[in-house]
Amino acid sequence: MDLENQARIKDLYDKYGKDDLIVVLGGAEPEASGLAAETVATGDPTFAGPLSGVSLGLKAYHIFELKDEIPADVYDEQVGMMEMVLDVDEIVNEVKTYRK
Amino acid sequence: MNYPVVKGAAYALVQANSMLLYQGTTQITERLKNEQSEHLKALPEHLRSYEDAVSYPPNQAYIGNITPDQLKEIPHPWYENPLAGASRDGKYGEIMPEDEFFGLMKMVDSFDLVLLEEAFQAVVKEKLQSHPILKDIKEITKLDSTAHSADEIKKLVAEHDAQPLYFAGKLVGCVKKAHEFDEALSSEVMLGNLANKASAVLVLKHLLAKTDLNPEQVDYIIECSEEACGDMNQRGGGNFAKAIGEICGCINATGSDTRSFCAGPAHALVEAAALVQSGIYSNVVVVGGGSTAKLGMNSRDHVKKGMPALEDMLAAFAVHIGENDGVNPVIRTDAIGRHRIGSGASPQAVMTAMVTDPLDKIGYKITDIDRYAPELQNPEITEPAGAGNVPMANYKMISALAVKRGDIQKADLMKAVESIGMPGFAPTQGHIPSGVPFIGHARDMLLEGKLERAMIIGKGSLFLGRLTNLFDGVSMIIEKNSGVVEADTGFDQEQLRKMIAEAMRDFAKTFRE
Repeated sequence: MDLENQARIKDLYDKYGKDDLIVVLGGAEPEASGLAAETVATGDPTFAGPLSGVSLGLKAYHIFELKDEIPADVYDEQVGMMEMVLDVDEIVNEVKTYRK
Repeated sequence: MNYPVVKGAAYALVQANSMLLYQGTTQITERLKNEQSEHLKALPEHLRSYEDAVSYPPNQAYIGNITPDQLKEIPHPWYENPLAGASRDGKYGEIMPEDEFFGLMKMVDSFDLVLLEEAFQAVVKEKLQSHPILKDIKEITKLDSTAHSADEIKKLVAEHDAQPLYFAGKLVGCVKKAHEFDEALSSEVMLGNLANKASAVLVLKHLLAKTDLNPEQVDYIIECSEEACGDMNQRGGGNFAKAIGEICGCINATGSDTRSFCAGPAHALVEAAALVQSGIYSNVVVVGGGSTAKLGMNSRDHVKKGMPALEDMLAAFAVHIGENDGVNPVIRTDAIGRHRIGSGASPQAVMTAMVTDPLDKIGYKITDIDRYAPELQNPEITEPAGAGNVPMANYKMISALAVKRGDIQKADLMKAVESIGMPGFAPTQGHIPSGVPFIGHARDMLLEGKLERAMIIGKGSLFLGRLTNLFDGVSMIIEKNSGVVEADTGFDQEQLRKMIAEAMRDFAKTFRE
């Protein structure tokens, strides 16, 4: 996960705490999405960024999982095309793993 | 309309194992953190030989010895399926070994910053003196000038921040810093800029050798890499373009540098097309040299997965845009795609702005374009690093857009992906993969009648500069020449007189009514 994003998430966590914060991912690959979910949950597994060894315990959701929360026309305009081309199930399963 | 045409394209690669180890930013960062890191220890074992780099099928596609369609037939992993009979010399350029390249760097170095060890310099000089297209560069005499002892070079590297140049495990030279305190002229920056200049010179020389363009005919050069050249008071002052043209004998050209991350080449091509079509210049060359910083960028993942460090290639390209000759493929300047500031950042918005908006402008459907050339990164490099198959993702997005617009049925999505695409074959050198590697192949296929039109798509990630989160992208359609060259419809005095007379008559009429 991008080091800059790790720093941003850490700042937001410090400001708002864990209970009112979720992370929404838009990754196109299962592995990269899972890595991002893992990073905000238990820390950066690559030990490269500010979340190395920092377990924030944040829950990450892929945007595909939030379809019902979003007005249908907005979802279609913003995500519809990508939903058609990406492996939605695999990405969602991978991200879910880190919320358990 | 007389559209500008693509008159020629050249492509060159340089295998750069030493620069991967010492100037690739992944390795520089690793070394700063821990000089004894496991990655740095393991990496040398994963470096390829020059012969392996030459016979690597995507590299052969890049220099034009096989087509992207032929590459598609070669099974993965490509690094385990070398191309038999592969040659250093290609239809569009060559693959140069690093020792000769160090010599070329010294040849193009105007400030005596590149020092080579005596015996090494003598060997390299001999090789470059018999190089078919570099031997006539007058700066080759620089290889006669003072060579340095191994001890001198060792001292400069150890005590004066010079960048080391290794070949076959031996320290054979170094690049000095160009200023005592100025970070914009540090040895690392100077090495990157000199390597960029040298690889651009190599590819421009190939363009001049392989086409009928003479250096004196070049009016303008647009350089479009991702490097910055300048001192601390003007860090991106430029001008790579003129520095490259100077070495190549383009005495009548001026030029400038265009930047937009990976989308730079696409912007540069549009600018070149505009300059030619407007009549400002007749012959414009777009050129981009290679990036040392990106060498071995994903090598941590390649090492972890037991693969060769495939990001060992500096890549360069040059394209000649000229006036309509009735033969070469035209650039449809009436259908340039662009990601506007207000376009939005969702993949759908991006693809609409770059692919379907320009098509709509001239009444084409997605399926009217035979081939799309978006980011052509070699998937064998990006997939192990978790970045997926980039061109494939683009083809799927374009095809999904075609489904959403009703150009194709959803059931035919994968069929469309198959027919509009090609495998990625470009090294991950930032600006290099973005559409341009296909221009040479596309030109040939259009000339041979195997294609009607292709779309070149360049995309850039501007957030990396930390000034904006905007995305960037430009696209253009290259189409078979209709063969019709319209006569010059310049200023017609007679017609103008008639128009004025008519306007005055109309004006007078309003008084009578």
